[in-house]
Amino acid sequence: MGILQKHQILERNVTLLAIFAFLVVTIGGIVQIAPLFWLENTIEEVEGMRPYSPLELTGRDIYVREGCYTCHSQMIRPMRDEVERYGHYSLAAESQYDHPFQWGSKRTGPDLARVGGRYSDDWHVDHLRNPQSVVPESIMPKYGFLEDRMIDGEHVQDLLKTHRMVGVPYTDEMIENAAADFMVQIDPYGDYDAMVERYPGAQVRNFDRAPGVSEMDALVAYLQMLGTLVDFSTFTPVASR
Amino acid sequence: MAKIPKKLDEDPNTTGHEWDGIEEFDNPMPRWWLWTFYATIVWAVGYSIAYPAWPGIKAATPGLLGWSTRGNVAEDIARVNAANDGINAKLAAAELTSIPTDPELAGYAASAGSAVFKTWCAQCHGSGAAGAKGYPNLLDNDWLWGGSIEEIHTTISHGIRNEEDADARYSEMPAFGEILERQEIKQVVNYVMSLSGTPKDATLVAAGKGVFLDNCAACHMEDATGDRDQGAPNLKDAIWLYGGDYDTLTNTVTYSRYGVMPAWSDRLSEAQVRAVSAYVHQLGGGE
Repeated sequence: MGILQKHQILERNVTLLAIFAFLVVTIGGIVQIAPLFWLENTIEEVEGMRPYSPLELTGRDIYVREGCYTCHSQMIRPMRDEVERYGHYSLAAESQYDHPFQWGSKRTGPDLARVGGRYSDDWHVDHLRNPQSVVPESIMPKYGFLEDRMIDGEHVQDLLKTHRMVGVPYTDEMIENAAADFMVQIDPYGDYDAMVERYPGAQVRNFDRAPGVSEMDALVAYLQMLGTLVDFSTFTPVASR
Repeated sequence: MAKIPKKLDEDPNTTGHEWDGIEEFDNPMPRWWLWTFYATIVWAVGYSIAYPAWPGIKAATPGLLGWSTRGNVAEDIARVNAANDGINAKLAAAELTSIPTDPELAGYAASAGSAVFKTWCAQCHGSGAAGAKGYPNLLDNDWLWGGSIEEIHTTISHGIRNEEDADARYSEMPAFGEILERQEIKQVVNYVMSLSGTPKDATLVAAGKGVFLDNCAACHMEDATGDRDQGAPNLKDAIWLYGGDYDTLTNTVTYSRYGVMPAWSDRLSEAQVRAVSAYVHQLGGGE
């Protein structure tokens, strides 16, 4: 009985077929996925990366909730035209604290991986209220309601804990101060030194220039830090990656 | 009565499977299909030798061709840069004021600057540079910080009221809601409206002039023509950044405005900044 004949045993037994099909898919998956966890050229340590501050993380949640990713990608591909339009191509490490990542697969709007600092806060607020007021060609919907939805950071500590559970290195100190850090990031007259020390490069401003913390503040805080953490004037890419 | 199919005389080469009298042929695969399949296997072996493929302990095999995504993009950028290096170096070294009169540089700057403008500037200033509420029109003769090519170059390089560049242009209008009485604000708004049009309440204009001279003239000048050193707009020319109607002006005076422009000198090369400066300068309002 040759090997081809033995195959008939599988073909005629549905349970056995399911078990072996599962084994084959498992092996294929392991071969493709597992090496990514140990190969050095897939894990690049990059200076400047830090976990999101509580306000930024909340803004990121709003970004995900509103489905921004369905039209905006967050990955600048290594191609000259993309680099010219959006800036340095994205590094894997730049989304290492994203759960889930926001790379996206389709661009109806532009890529947002390096949108931080590219426009003023006012522009973001104007644009989210009514995108066509600043970009008449735009087909983006309006998000002005974010200004009316006030948030107080009540659950932000749990949010940080959840992210720690999936591997983001939030320290006990960060989690303990989550709610305070959340509030102080929109208060340029507040005592924000400790927050900035915990989250280097965090921008402290009243992002929407209205009293209180609204979802608009959180979303603009998130947008304004996107792609700004790595200093590309000191970054040298390793060609083999 | 149904016709009973006649059994074939010779062995039809079946797989031996049989369900209720239905048998399965065991015909060979079409030869072209089979050979294409074998060819893809051979190709895959060659491909995995030529390109990065097999995972090892520390790294994957690099492949004989030395292919690298990052290498490719760096090479591509270097190739385009090399093609433009000459003209870019010339543009970066030229006297700013000489760019508009040098036909070679002016032509290059206009098209390169247009590309830069459409990528980085159009989102606020509009794809035709006509601006929007709060974002200045770059086509007219009205300039907040100056419309000579040097001034435009400084504005683009360092931006306005941003936190990232220490040399950013800076000024801050006070929120007069905390300084003036409501009646005084009404008066001064009517006075400002009267400078270029019709005030809402003409009886308040005279009193408004006094309020203006005491509070506003330091920046907007006594004749209200503004001061470019402070980015204080000319209030007589009927060109409004936020709006010249009564409600908008009241809002502006009460809460002030604080328009921010990012700095571009660390995002764009000097040649790109100069190209877009020259592009904006030649749009119509350049001085």
